[in-house]
Amino acid sequence: MRAFRAILAKDLRTELRTLESVPAMALFAVTTFVLFRFGLDRKELEGSLAAGVLLATVLFASLLAINRVFVAEREQGGFDAIRLAPVDGTALFAAKVTVLVIYLTALELVAVPMFAFFFGGTEGMFVLVGVLLLANVGVATLGTIVSSIAVNSRARDLIAPLLLLPLLIPLMIAAAGAAEPLLAEGGPSYDDLGKWTAVLALYDLVFIALGYAVYDFLLED
Amino acid sequence: MEASAQPAISLRDVRRDYRDFPVIRDVTLDVAAGQTLSVLGPNGAGKSTLLRILATLLRPTAGQVEVLGSALPNQAWKVRGRIGYLGHEPLLYRELTIRENLEFNARLHGVEDPAGRIAELVERAGIARRADEYVRNLSAGMLQRAAICRALLHDPELLLLDEPRSHLDVAAAGEVEEMLGPAPGRTRVLITHDVEQGLEAADVVLALAADGAVAYSGPAGGISSAEARAVYGGGVVR
Repeated sequence: MRAFRAILAKDLRTELRTLESVPAMALFAVTTFVLFRFGLDRKELEGSLAAGVLLATVLFASLLAINRVFVAEREQGGFDAIRLAPVDGTALFAAKVTVLVIYLTALELVAVPMFAFFFGGTEGMFVLVGVLLLANVGVATLGTIVSSIAVNSRARDLIAPLLLLPLLIPLMIAAAGAAEPLLAEGGPSYDDLGKWTAVLALYDLVFIALGYAVYDFLLED
Repeated sequence: MEASAQPAISLRDVRRDYRDFPVIRDVTLDVAAGQTLSVLGPNGAGKSTLLRILATLLRPTAGQVEVLGSALPNQAWKVRGRIGYLGHEPLLYRELTIRENLEFNARLHGVEDPAGRIAELVERAGIARRADEYVRNLSAGMLQRAAICRALLHDPELLLLDEPRSHLDVAAAGEVEEMLGPAPGRTRVLITHDVEQGLEAADVVLALAADGAVAYSGPAGGISSAEARAVYGGGVVR
């Protein structure tokens, strides 16, 4: 736990100083909403379209943080420093997943109100936040695994999205399935919410278990 | 330096390739606990690669590596935390201060009384007054001193030093020599281009030729300064 806490504190301290990830993600999300607002020429969105716009925007914004989450480790020797210490590689995995979940949650603190501002539909937002948190865990877990693989490549900015986005399709289906009735025209409905949140939770658990199992091997040369 | 019978480092026919290109070839040697091994050789001979193998950061392509009684790479987890590594990169985060970097490493290594240990090291390295400066603002010499503190933070049994005097002025080099020098129970591997210093400090010498082959491997008394220098020009000692 001490290694987990040390890496987590180091990453959060660095982000607070540099503001490299979260502000860029938030700005990207707001700009994308503006583009959708005028591109679709709609003042209100409901149902599957609303869910798609919100989730796709958050997902693409998350790529900015996922691409950067290991840059300091790679460029400033953090991988070597951590591998020289008597710590399990899974501490690094858990810390990076937690960091990404925090970044995504911070992003959504801005993105969800801005979505409501541009497209309306505030009634189902409280439950929607729960769905987004479950989705955050999946995006962060898979993002950490893929970013660890891509970080040693010169084409990491391309490889991470190319590997990650297809693997996130099941998560997007489940998150959209849960979000669509919450953003339905005429107010939120909770039909099938349990089924889709269960799928999201299962997805999260599968990739957490996978990361836990393989992460030490990913760190070796 | 007095040595115990148990080898701290044992290498048998160690080879490391990069994409079928051999960087080091057939390195065989023993270094007893408490001894100093000096690694000499021209640029590109594979000295830093050998150091990274000993640090558990690289896997050998072939051969057997045993460090502090554990076979690498399979038992790397047993020796991590007992090795201090000073390589070409300082392994410090640019957006943290020296002190924050050392605190981070101290927590990774489970150092007891990290504040006291950090205060002692930065004082000895002559960077106490600059310990709260961001690493990104440091000169190369200051960065090297901070990296030395990082390598020594957990009082390692095996110290791996890749040109530790790099970027240091004469006075600073003398100061860090005291920190990095022989100590009871400490085994050292020293890479240096200062042949005389390397031979003087060594109990065992490994000289690598430009193609990664072993030009000399044996006791320090078995190679003269002139012979060691000849290795840089392509010579092989006996």
